[in-house]
Amino acid sequence: MKITDIISALDLKVISGKSGLSNEATGGYVSDLLSDVIGNSKEGQIWITLQTHQNIIAVASLKDISAIIIVKGFIPEADTIEKSNTENIPVLGTDLDTFNITGRLFELLKKE
Amino acid sequence: MSPANIISEAARKELDIIGITDHNTTRQCNLISRLAEEKGIFVMQGAEVTTKEEVHCLTFFENNDTLRTFQEFLDENLPDFPNNPLIFGHQVQVDEDEIIIYEEKKLLVNAISKTIKEVEVFVHSLNGLFIPAHIDRRKNSIYSQLGFLPENMKADALEVSRATTPEQFSASHPEIIKYPLLRSSDAHYPEHIGTAFTVWHINEPTFTEIRLALRGINGRKVVTG
Repeated sequence: MKITDIISALDLKVISGKSGLSNEATGGYVSDLLSDVIGNSKEGQIWITLQTHQNIIAVASLKDISAIIIVKGFIPEADTIEKSNTENIPVLGTDLDTFNITGRLFELLKKE
Repeated sequence: MSPANIISEAARKELDIIGITDHNTTRQCNLISRLAEEKGIFVMQGAEVTTKEEVHCLTFFENNDTLRTFQEFLDENLPDFPNNPLIFGHQVQVDEDEIIIYEEKKLLVNAISKTIKEVEVFVHSLNGLFIPAHIDRRKNSIYSQLGFLPENMKADALEVSRATTPEQFSASHPEIIKYPLLRSSDAHYPEHIGTAFTVWHINEPTFTEIRLALRGINGRKVVTG
């Protein structure tokens, strides 16, 4: 599913990385330990996390993550936003917590 | 881990310098520092801060003014979530007679609301030392939480735990060698004090000399024990 379709279905806010919005999401991964994401996420997944540190962009880029969803209305640091724009990785925001946004994303992707 | 126990164990192990870094509090530093002085041991006073990303970072301060300012920073940014003494024990501060003079009601093991970058900037604004702790551990380390070292991180050193050595860990993580590497015991029990240590080539055990050694100035240097 296209990231833009997920954004409208789940009412996500586009925080940065607009140039990557045409990415295709193949699934999802949920973790707040970046070491775990490096080890276990798969190419094309949307990554749901509460971490906002700039390293999330480098991890996403390394693993070819299609987009990052930041939960609970958290705002990423300025350097995270900047890196997301240069790496073309969309950072999306939701006011929901991880459990709820993950459930919705799961249901949405299951329909595919 | 009462102040007297810490000092007698440090003296028995013939340590010249020890670091006192409780989780998210500096309140016991002054007393331990005073008791240590009587035994000729120098104390680096500070705290082991849990940042918002849950990275443990050691912080050290040169004098009581900056230590106090940092304590205010911790008080302001530690969430107002109560400690449960049945799980975590009583978080007490004692005097030299081991009489309890203060009990921290907020849970100290919690993460503060400041990012690793914000903590680093604040510590350095107080002319303190900022050292990501036990970077080799798979829990609460910069590698476990953030995957790798943040670009241009202004750390005064990096610490490895007693489970490894700087040589061993830098073999698999060569990017760390641009920082001075320390190895310490992270003792939570008296018997662990001194089980890992760092050797300093300095003229005298003072904060200033330690800072010079971390920067490799005028022949001062850090040698891992």
